[in-house]
Amino acid sequence: MAAVATCGTGAGSTGSVVAAGSKNHVTSFQRRGPRASGSDSSYSRLVSIAGTRPSVRNGQLLVSTGLPALDQLLGGGLAVGTVLLIEEDKYNIYSSLLFKYFLAEGIINGHTLLVASAKEDPADILQELPAPLLDDNFKKDFDEEACNHKTAESNIKMKIAWRYQLLPKMEAGPVSSSRFGHYYDASKKMPQELIEASKWHGFFFPEKSSSTLNIEPCSLTHGYIKLLQFIQNIIYEEGFDGSNPQKKQKNILRIGIQNLGSPLWGDDICCTENGNSHSLTKFLYVLRGLLRTSLSACMITMPTHLIQNKAIISRVTNLSDTVVGLESFIGSERETNPLYKDYHGLIHIRQIPRLNNLIYDVSDVKDLAFKLKRKLFTIEEEKEYTLNDLYKRLHLPPDLSDTVSRSSKQDLAEPSKLLGPGCGVMAGGKKHLDF
Amino acid sequence: RSFWKGSLASASSVSTTWTELREGLGKLTLLCDANTDGSFLVHHFLSFYLKANCKVCFVALIQSFSHYNIVGQKLGVSLTVARECGQLVFLEGLKSSVDVFFRAQAEPHPLQFLREANAENLQPLYEFVREALKPVDDGEAAWRCPVLLVDDLSVLLSLGMGAVAVLDFIHYCRATVCWERKGNIVALVHDSGDTEDEENNILLNGLSHQSHLILRAEGLATGFCRDVHGQLRILWRTPSQPTTQRDQSLTYQYKIQDKSVSFFAKGMSPAVL
Repeated sequence: MAAVATCGTGAGSTGSVVAAGSKNHVTSFQRRGPRASGSDSSYSRLVSIAGTRPSVRNGQLLVSTGLPALDQLLGGGLAVGTVLLIEEDKYNIYSSLLFKYFLAEGIINGHTLLVASAKEDPADILQELPAPLLDDNFKKDFDEEACNHKTAESNIKMKIAWRYQLLPKMEAGPVSSSRFGHYYDASKKMPQELIEASKWHGFFFPEKSSSTLNIEPCSLTHGYIKLLQFIQNIIYEEGFDGSNPQKKQKNILRIGIQNLGSPLWGDDICCTENGNSHSLTKFLYVLRGLLRTSLSACMITMPTHLIQNKAIISRVTNLSDTVVGLESFIGSERETNPLYKDYHGLIHIRQIPRLNNLIYDVSDVKDLAFKLKRKLFTIEEEKEYTLNDLYKRLHLPPDLSDTVSRSSKQDLAEPSKLLGPGCGVMAGGKKHLDF
Repeated sequence: RSFWKGSLASASSVSTTWTELREGLGKLTLLCDANTDGSFLVHHFLSFYLKANCKVCFVALIQSFSHYNIVGQKLGVSLTVARECGQLVFLEGLKSSVDVFFRAQAEPHPLQFLREANAENLQPLYEFVREALKPVDDGEAAWRCPVLLVDDLSVLLSLGMGAVAVLDFIHYCRATVCWERKGNIVALVHDSGDTEDEENNILLNGLSHQSHLILRAEGLATGFCRDVHGQLRILWRTPSQPTTQRDQSLTYQYKIQDKSVSFFAKGMSPAVL
C-alpha cells in the first residue's frame, strides 16, 4: 500500500495504514481522527490531506468515489493504493457518469488528476464534469423537485423499477456537504475556474502512440506500455511515491482510465476470443504495483460485456481490488415493463477487497438498483413487492389475479436468475435465506 | 492427520509439537478457492509455520508486505521481526514488479519474465526459492524444516506464463524443498469454475494429483450468508499410492472473524442452533 510512515524518511515502505508504520495495530476506535500525541509528523500530514479520511474498520486511508452512496457500499470509500474497476453498462452511459463523478471529486478536493482515454481528449472530459451541489442551493432545489416533477431539460430515459426484498432503507437523500464526499448536479457543468485551478495530466492515446518505446517489447500492447510509463513518470516526478520528502504537503493522485480493454487501446480482447490474453492482465498487475507504492487511487472503466473470453474477465476481477458492475435497463425488455418504474438499472458489487484484514464489511444488501434523477444519482436496495402491491401497480382488478400472478411471477423469476441464488420471489417480508 | 484437524479447528491459537510437525513433512498442500476468497488459509499457514519455527520463503504475489504483516499480527506473528532475523524470506511481487518492469536489472530477477515477450519458464523464480531455503552452514540448526508458501499460482498465468511452466516450477521446487530438504510447500490456486479458464484448470488438476492435502474453500451454493462465510473441504491424499485407495475427506463450514476463523460442522453454525 502507499508508504505512509516512511513518506518522510524514504525508507522501505511499510504500508498505507494511517498509523506509524511499525506500531502494533490498535482498534479502529482509537484510529479515528488525528492522534493527540502527534508522534509521527508525517502521519498528521497524511490525515490532513483534503478529501481523505481513515476507514473506521482498519485505518486504511480512503478517498471518496464522488458518489456518497457508492462510498457507503464500499465500506466508506475507495482505499488509497487500490484499483476500483467499473464494469461498464452496455452503452457506457452510467459508467462514464461515475467516471466523471470520480474526477469531479478530485477537483473539488484539490487532488491531482491523471485522466487517460483512448476515445476522448482528457481536456474535453474535464469540460464535461458535473457541477458540485452546494448546501444552500441544493436544499432549495430539492424541495422544489419534491413538489413537482418538471423535467423540462431532462434527457433522462424512462425510469424502470424492480423491487425485491424489503430491507432497511439506505440513506437516499443528501446530507450537508462535508469534506468527504460531495453531491453533483448532472445537469450543470463544473465551473471553468475550478477546472483551471486544478492540477491535471492527460493521456490521450492517439496523441502518444507515435513516440518511441524505451522498454523491451513484452507481451503488453503498445498503448498499455505507454500508459504505464506515463503513470510511473507522474508518480515519480511529483513525488507521490514518497521520493521527494521535502514536499511540503502531501496530495493524492487520482487516476482515471476510460474504456480499458477496448479496441481503441490496441487490445483485441473485445474483438476476438483468442485475443492477446496477457496484455491487459499484466497491465493491471504492474498498475496495482504502482498504486500500492504511492499515494494514488485509480478508477478504471472497462467494457467487460464485450470481452469474448470469459476467463479474462475472471482474471481481471482477481487482479482488481474493488469491482462494481453496472447494468442499465436501457434497451432491455424491462424498460417498457410497468413493474420496473423508478430505476435505471442495477448495481452489482462484485468484489470488495480485504485490506489489512481477514474480513471485510459485507453489506447485507446484495440487490441494489440505481436511478438518475436530474440532480442525483442514488442507489437503493430493491424492494420487494407483495402481490397486492403488484396488482395495484398494474392497475388490475382483483378477479384477474390468477392470470396476472402467473405472468408477473414469470417476470419475477427471470431477473431473480440474473441476480443469482439467494434472492427470490417472496411474498411478504420474509428473508430468503436458504440455509 | 490429527495434526491438521487440530490446527484448523483452532486456527487462532496453534500449538504444535515437533513430533506432530514431523509427520507432515515433505508434503505439498494445495489451497483452492471457488467462488470465495481463500486468502484466510494463506494467512493461517504463514502464521502457523512461523510460530512453529520453520524457515519460510513466501512468494507473495497478490498483496503488499504490510497487508500480510498486519493480518499476521492479528494472528500472533510479526513478519517484520521474522524477516529481520532471517526466518522469513519475503518476495513482494507487487513492489518488485514495478522495479523489474521499469528498470533493466543487472542480475537475473525472480520476476524477470514480466519484461520478456515470451518467457519460457520460471527458472529465475525457482533459483530464488532454492537460494532462500538453502541450508545454513553455521553448524546450529536455527530453524526447523523449510517451507515454501505461494500466494498465488493462478496469477502467474495472468502474467503470461503457461500452466505447464507453472507446473514445472512447482515440480522443481518439490524436488528441492520436499524431497531434498524434507520441507513443505503450500500454494494457493483459484478454481475458476465455469469461466472456461483452460490454463487454470490444467494447473489446478495437475497440482491436485500431486498434492497430499487439498483444502478447498467454497462459497455457499445458496448464496451469501452473514453467519457462514463458506465451506471448507479437506481432502487427504496419497499421491504415490494407486487411486483405488479411497482418500479421506471432511467438510466444515466456517466463519471468518477479525482474528480467527471458526469452523463447525455443516448446519451447526451457532447462528442457526
